[in-house]
Amino acid sequence: MRTGNNKRLAFYLEMLRIRVIEEELVRYYAEQEMRCPVHFCIGQEAVPVGVCQALGGADTIMSNHRSHGHYLARGGDLRRMVAELYGRETGCASGKGGSMHLIDRSVNFLGATSIVADTIPIAVGVAFANKLRRRKSVSVVFFGDGATEEGLFYESLNFAALHRLPVFFVCENNLYSVYSPLNVRQPASRNIYKVARSLGVESSRVNGNDVEAVNRASASALRGIRRGRGPYLLEAMTYRYLEHCGPNCDIELGYRAKEELEQWKKADPVAAYERKLIRESVISKDYALKARNRIIKEVGEAVRYAKSSAYPEADRLMMDVYAQ
Amino acid sequence: MRNNHNKKECGPKGKRLITFTAAINEALIECMEKDPGVFVMGLGAPDPKGVFGTTLGLQKRFGTGRVFDMPISENAMTGVAIGAAISGMRPVMAHQRADFVLMAMDQIVNSAAKWHYMYGGQASVPLTIRTVVGRGWGQGPQHSQNFQALFAQVPGLKVVAPTTPCEAKGLLTASIEENNPVIFVEHRWLSNQMGDVPEGYYSMPLGKANVMRKGSDITVVASMDMALEAMVVADGLLSSGISVEVVNLRTVKPLDAETILGSVAKTGRLVVMDSSWYEFGVSAEIAAVVAEKGFDSLKAKVRRLGLPSVPTPTSPALAGHYYPSEADICLAIGDVLGVRLNPRKLGFKDVVGDVPDEYFKGPF
Ligand SMILES: Cc1ncc(C[n+]2csc(CCOP(=O)(O)OP(=O)(O)O)c2C)c(N)n1
Ligand SMILES: [Mg+2]
Repeated sequence: MRTGNNKRLAFYLEMLRIRVIEEELVRYYAEQEMRCPVHFCIGQEAVPVGVCQALGGADTIMSNHRSHGHYLARGGDLRRMVAELYGRETGCASGKGGSMHLIDRSVNFLGATSIVADTIPIAVGVAFANKLRRRKSVSVVFFGDGATEEGLFYESLNFAALHRLPVFFVCENNLYSVYSPLNVRQPASRNIYKVARSLGVESSRVNGNDVEAVNRASASALRGIRRGRGPYLLEAMTYRYLEHCGPNCDIELGYRAKEELEQWKKADPVAAYERKLIRESVISKDYALKARNRIIKEVGEAVRYAKSSAYPEADRLMMDVYAQ
Repeated sequence: MRNNHNKKECGPKGKRLITFTAAINEALIECMEKDPGVFVMGLGAPDPKGVFGTTLGLQKRFGTGRVFDMPISENAMTGVAIGAAISGMRPVMAHQRADFVLMAMDQIVNSAAKWHYMYGGQASVPLTIRTVVGRGWGQGPQHSQNFQALFAQVPGLKVVAPTTPCEAKGLLTASIEENNPVIFVEHRWLSNQMGDVPEGYYSMPLGKANVMRKGSDITVVASMDMALEAMVVADGLLSSGISVEVVNLRTVKPLDAETILGSVAKTGRLVVMDSSWYEFGVSAEIAAVVAEKGFDSLKAKVRRLGLPSVPTPTSPALAGHYYPSEADICLAIGDVLGVRLNPRKLGFKDVVGDVPDEYFKGPF
């Protein structure tokens, strides 16, 4: 099925937005004012966009340490995200969480945590509640290839399969955990999506840099989940450009080959898609440039908002430990 | 390995200044050279950053069989380490944050800690678990926790917490020599601290605290980052004629009650600093021990200082109030001494920075 032009435009703009926001934040990070660890998702934008564009408003999302793309693709508030990175009281977690703990309940982005695999079972619990309450909502959780090495992954998929829970597992396989390639962590013959199948969870693998493919696979998975077929796992193959944590390129460290990075950049999810849409006259070069500038302006405003926001008052330190 | 003790004290004699990180690295090398049963595993152990530099060069030197990366499977890998340990090996596991060790709590508490006891002493688990405690630069709620008290409460575990590079090397060696599971706590802010470290293989006894600075008016018991803070304040109070004795714990468990009680017997006053939450914490234990066994020497109430019972906030504005400041320590000392001190006038900072030194560039 061909993707319509309106949709393609939306895919493009959403991906471009995440890309440019991340690039701008990389630039601002050098000022040393965003004082928290930041895991940028440059290179991986097609996965959150392809998935989130297939979701309905009632569906929920959870994420991990590399959460900016998921948060933004879901429509999370940019100003509050940036303010959170700057540790301000206007941040989406009141400055208490930082980059690894984004939340925006108004768009059903339920939270991101920094402990690998920790949100997988929590998202299953959300699906469990949805099922009990007969809510028509799918619980989506994003995690990396590394998270599939935790016992939590297997235990969660098992329970989700056992109870046929409406949960959509999205594994962003970017081939690395920090500086450790897959081959020091998993046997060469491993296919993550096949592991899911053996646990009773339907699954497939998709080119995670092809936004249309991710979207098609997600839409089809979600249809099945909504019909009561139980959980689904999508393994999206993709690649991170920058260092694991922080604003720099770390290719000189030698844990991955320069050629590998170059190869993936040739299949850049945003640039390749932009070229394609220009080629097919869906957009013009000028349109692309204007879109980019618009986003740069949007980030600039968000950063100004963050910087002009107050830091949380000292008395906030002792607040929020227990719910009233 | 145990019979081969070569115990050294850190002193001013030597003149070899190296970092805490380098000291850990040396301890690992010396132990691996000495005992072929020692192996090192951890997320990123052989990677280009080598667990903040502590495992750099090890894989090249000892091979992929004895130094290796692992899947992100902390609980299972701890079980693997326990299995190797009861089979005659001495595994050293490295975790880049103590927070991740929670994943392995079951294997540590239910298996490693109990193995020797629940089989009537037939087998033991010589396992060293290195856990790095983060602080600053927005480490936040899940990258800065110090679970020393949680571990110390479990019978069968030992908990070690070095402050100086010399201690780091000597105590890590002792932990690896130890026939029981040891939680070895490394504070991230100590990584770049320089100190005098003897060359060659040596170990320092577990369960022995150290009087880091002699004093007569008041005892401050502390460890790791807090021991260094205590030293700064002790220095600054000299001009006010206050003589502070600083007892550096070195080992949290077994607790060296003797040294602490000895110091309090001399000074009659006690402030206990905790590198973790002080409620239900190590400082609570120390205060209780002194109340039980040293009550007669106490001339004043005991004060505790540490983290308030809230998760670590990420915003630097809040983290600045979370960790005790020099001014807080000064005021606590004044409180116990019954004298009014003005921390500002004495040059003590009342806000806590979020980086260990001015050269630091984020992120960690
Ligand atoms: C339980 C646990 N162990 C280790 C870490 C340290 N850590 C943070 S991110 C990360 C890599 C995770 O890799 P992956 O899941 O593939 O996500 P990616 O960073 O590649 O997006 C690791 C090991 C952690 N946060 N939690
Ligand atoms: Mg990965």
